[in-house]
Amino acid sequence: MGIDVAKIWRVVISVVLFSMLLTLAVACSSGEESSDSKPFVVYSGRSESLIAPLIADFEEVTGQKVQVNYGSTSTLAATLLEEGDNTPADVYFAQDPGGLGAVDSMLTELPADILASVPDWAHDPENKWVGTSGRARVVVYNTDMLTEADLPDSIEDFANPEWKGRIGWAPTNGSLHAMITAMRQEWGEDRTRSWLEGIVANEPKIYAKNTPTVAAAGAGEIEVGFVNHYYLHRFIAEVGESFAARNYYTRAVDPGSLVLVAGVGLIEESDNKDLAKQFIKFLLSASGQQYFASQTYEFPLNDNAKPNNLLPALADITKPSIDLGDLIDLAGTQNLLREVGALP
Amino acid sequence: MTFSGVISTGWRSTDGKRPPTFLVASSAIVALAALIPVGYLLIRSIGAGSDWFDIVFRANTAAVFGRTFMLILLVTIISIMVAVPVAWLTVKSNIPLRRVLSVASVLPLVMPSFVMATTVIEMYSPKGVLQGWLSGLGVNRLPDIYGLGGATFVLVLMTYPYVLLTVRGALRRMDPALEEAARAMGYGPMHTFRAVTLPMLRPAITGGSLLVALYTLSDFGGVTLLRYQTFTSTIMIQYQSSIDRTLAAVLSLVLVVIAVLLLLGEGFTRGSGAYHRSTVGAVRTGRRFDLGNWRWAGAAAVSVPVLIGLIIPVGVLVHWLVRGLLNDQQLLPLLIPARNSLYVSLLAAFVTVMAALPVAILAVRFRSRMSRFFERSVYIGFGLPGVVVALSLVFFGINVARPLYQSIWLLLFAYAVLFLPASVGALRSSLLQVNPRVEEAAQGLGRSQWGVIFSVTVPLVMPGALAGGAMVFLLTMKELPATLILSPIGYRTLSSSIWSAASEAFFAKTAGAALLLVLVAGVPTAYLTLRGHGDKVGDSDRLMKIDEVAR
Repeated sequence: MGIDVAKIWRVVISVVLFSMLLTLAVACSSGEESSDSKPFVVYSGRSESLIAPLIADFEEVTGQKVQVNYGSTSTLAATLLEEGDNTPADVYFAQDPGGLGAVDSMLTELPADILASVPDWAHDPENKWVGTSGRARVVVYNTDMLTEADLPDSIEDFANPEWKGRIGWAPTNGSLHAMITAMRQEWGEDRTRSWLEGIVANEPKIYAKNTPTVAAAGAGEIEVGFVNHYYLHRFIAEVGESFAARNYYTRAVDPGSLVLVAGVGLIEESDNKDLAKQFIKFLLSASGQQYFASQTYEFPLNDNAKPNNLLPALADITKPSIDLGDLIDLAGTQNLLREVGALP
Repeated sequence: MTFSGVISTGWRSTDGKRPPTFLVASSAIVALAALIPVGYLLIRSIGAGSDWFDIVFRANTAAVFGRTFMLILLVTIISIMVAVPVAWLTVKSNIPLRRVLSVASVLPLVMPSFVMATTVIEMYSPKGVLQGWLSGLGVNRLPDIYGLGGATFVLVLMTYPYVLLTVRGALRRMDPALEEAARAMGYGPMHTFRAVTLPMLRPAITGGSLLVALYTLSDFGGVTLLRYQTFTSTIMIQYQSSIDRTLAAVLSLVLVVIAVLLLLGEGFTRGSGAYHRSTVGAVRTGRRFDLGNWRWAGAAAVSVPVLIGLIIPVGVLVHWLVRGLLNDQQLLPLLIPARNSLYVSLLAAFVTVMAALPVAILAVRFRSRMSRFFERSVYIGFGLPGVVVALSLVFFGINVARPLYQSIWLLLFAYAVLFLPASVGALRSSLLQVNPRVEEAAQGLGRSQWGVIFSVTVPLVMPGALAGGAMVFLLTMKELPATLILSPIGYRTLSSSIWSAASEAFFAKTAGAALLLVLVAGVPTAYLTLRGHGDKVGDSDRLMKIDEVAR
C-alpha cells in the first residue's frame, strides 16, 4: 500500500502546533516567578464560592495580593503533611478543627490578641488555631410532615422507637463525629452507646454528607435529619421559601445543638507571618465577621458583627459548655460508631 | 482468502526481533513514571503500625471485597452490552442523526462523578422528580435507588464510553473484506456480527472493559452518594475522618493488589490471534449497512443511553440553573476557567498520547515479558483513588522535581500518569489492526526504524490515537483531585469551579459550570469522534443493502 503523504503532513503540522503551544506554556509559567518576595499563600478548605469575595475584600483593604489554593479540608491537610517544611502555604483555613489538629505540628502559636477576640471555647487550648465562624448542629425537619411542636426537646429522644424509619443522617460526616464526641464527654460512654444503638435500631436512612441529607428532608424522603445548620439556608436561597424543610435547634441543653467552628492556623515556616496575622485579624474583624454572618449564614464569634436575622443569636442556642479543643478523641468515636454498626 | 488463513497469519513474525533502544528507553521512562504512585505507597507504608492489619482484616472486609467485585462485574458487563451495539450502530449503520448521536453518546464521560450521581438522585430518588411526574398515577414513593442498583446505574452511565470509544476505533479500522466475505457466504447480519465482527473487536472490548473495571474500583463520589460501600469508599472515609497517611497508604496497596488481579484477569482473555488485514491492496473504508426501516429502531436504541446519560442530567442542571437565577443567585466567572480547562486538557491529551505511543508499539510489535510489564504497569494508577495519585505526585514534586512543583508541567505529568491507560489501550487495539508487513516493507525499502515509526506506524494508528486522545481530553476536563492539589496556585478550571460550588450546595453555580463543561467538551469531542473513516461528506451513498448481501 502507498504511504499517505497528506496524513504525514497532518501529523507533522499537529506536532509543530503543539510544540508552539508548549513553548507558550513555558513562557506563561516562567513569567509568574519573577517577583523576589514570596507570595502570600492561603490553603483554604473552605470553598471558593464561599470565601472568594472575602479574600477580595482583604486584598482591597491591604493592597496585598493573596494566592489561594482551594481544596477539601482533609486533602489540604494531607498535602501540607507531604510538603512539610517546603510548603508554599502561609495560612491554613480549615472547615473544622479536625483538619487543623492533623497538622498542628506545622502550626505556630497565635498571639494573645488574636485568641482573645473569640470566646475561649472557640480556639485551640494549645493556641495553634483560632475559630473564625460558628456552625451549629441542628435537626432539619420536613415542614409538610412535621411542625416544630412535634419535635422532642432533646436529641436523645430520637432514639425512641416512635422515630423508626423517619430519620436520616450521614454517619461518615466529621461534624456528626464531633457531636458524638461531645456526647461521650457530656453523657459518658454508656449513655452515648445506648443512644447510638437506639438510632441504629430506628433504621435511619444513610447519606454521604450533609447536602443530600437536607435535600432528602426537603423532598420528604425523610422526616428529620441530623446536619449542620447552614446548608438549609443555601437550599432556601436556591429554591426559594417554598423549600419544605426548616432547622430545629434542640430546646434541651445537650450536644444536639453543639456549636462547631471553622478555623485558621499560621504555618510555622511562613515567611509572611506579619501579613498572615493581618489576614487572621481581618477574618475576626467587624467586616470579616459580618461577611460570615450575612453571606455564609454562619454565627459570628464576637460582638463585632450583627448576627444574621435568619438565625437565632449564638447566645440563645442551648449549646453545651464544651471546649472544642477537648473534642480530640475522634478515633474513639469512630470505634464506637463501628461497634454499634453505624459505620462499616 | 479463508478465515483460518486470516487468523493464523501471524504478527508473531516480529517476535524475536530486537526492539530499538529508543523505544525501550522511552517506554521504561513512561512505565517508571506510571509506577510513582505505587512507589509512594510503599514508602508511606513503611513504619505502619500493627493496627493496619486489624483494619484490612476487619470482620466485614470479605463482604466489602465481595461488594466491590460484584459492582465491577456488573458495571463492566452492562457497559459492554450498552457500548458495543451503540458503537456498531453509529459506525456501521445508516441510522438517522448518526453524527449527532455519535458525539452525544460519548459525552456522558465528561460528567464529574459527583455531579452525575447528584442528578441521578434528584431524578430517581424515592421522592425525586420522576416520582413527582408519576404522582398523578398514584405513585407516592419510588423504590430506593440507593445501593448496588443505583451505584451500577451511575457507573455504567459514566463508563460505557470507554468501551464505546475503543470499539469505534476498531470498527473503523476493520477490514471490510471479512464481513463482506461472511455475507457472501450467506451469513445473515446477526450471524456475521457474532462470527466475524465480534471476535475481531475482542482487543478493543477487553481494553475498554479494563478501563471500566479499574475506574469502578477507584470511584469515590458516585458510590458514596449512592450509598454503596466499596473498598475505595472505605479507604476514603477512613482517610477523611482520620487524615492518617500511613493507614491510607497501606489500604491503597490493597487496591494495587486488586488492580493487578484485574490486569492478570484481562491478560488471560487476550488471545494471540491476528486482527489486521492479511492481504495487500489499498485500505478500503468499511461500508455502512442500510438497515431499511429498522434504522429508526437503531436510532431509538442509541438514544436510550444518550437520554439517560446526557439529556436527563443536563435537564436537571438546566433546572438548577433556571431555579437559582429566578432566586437571584449569581453565577461564577467562567471564561478563564473554561479557557484553562480547554487548554490544559488538549495539552494533556497530546502529551499522554505521545507518552503512550512507545509503550503501545513496544507491547504489540516486540512482545516480551518486559514490554508486557511496561504496558501493564501504566494501568495501575487508574485503579487508585485520584487523591492518592495526586498526593504521590506532591511527594514526587516536593522531593524530586521541586522546580516543577505547582507548575503546569507537574499538572500535565499528573494527567499523563493518570490517563496513560486510556491512550495505551486505544493505541494497542489500533496497532493490532495494522499488518506488520507494511512496516517491514518500509524498512526493506531503506527506512530507519525511527523513520518507519513516524512515517508509517503513527499515521496508521491515527484512529487509535484520536480515540485515546479524546478519552484523555474528556477525563482531564473532569479530573478533580490532581487538578485541585497540583494546579499552579490560583489556576481555576471548570472542574475545580464545579467542585467549589457543589461542595457548598451552590446549585445554580454548579449547573452553570457543569453545563459549560459539557458544551466546551462537545466541540473537540465532535472533531475527534467524527474525524475517522467513513464520515466524510458524500459517503452516505456507499451503503450496503443488507438483503442484497445476505441473499
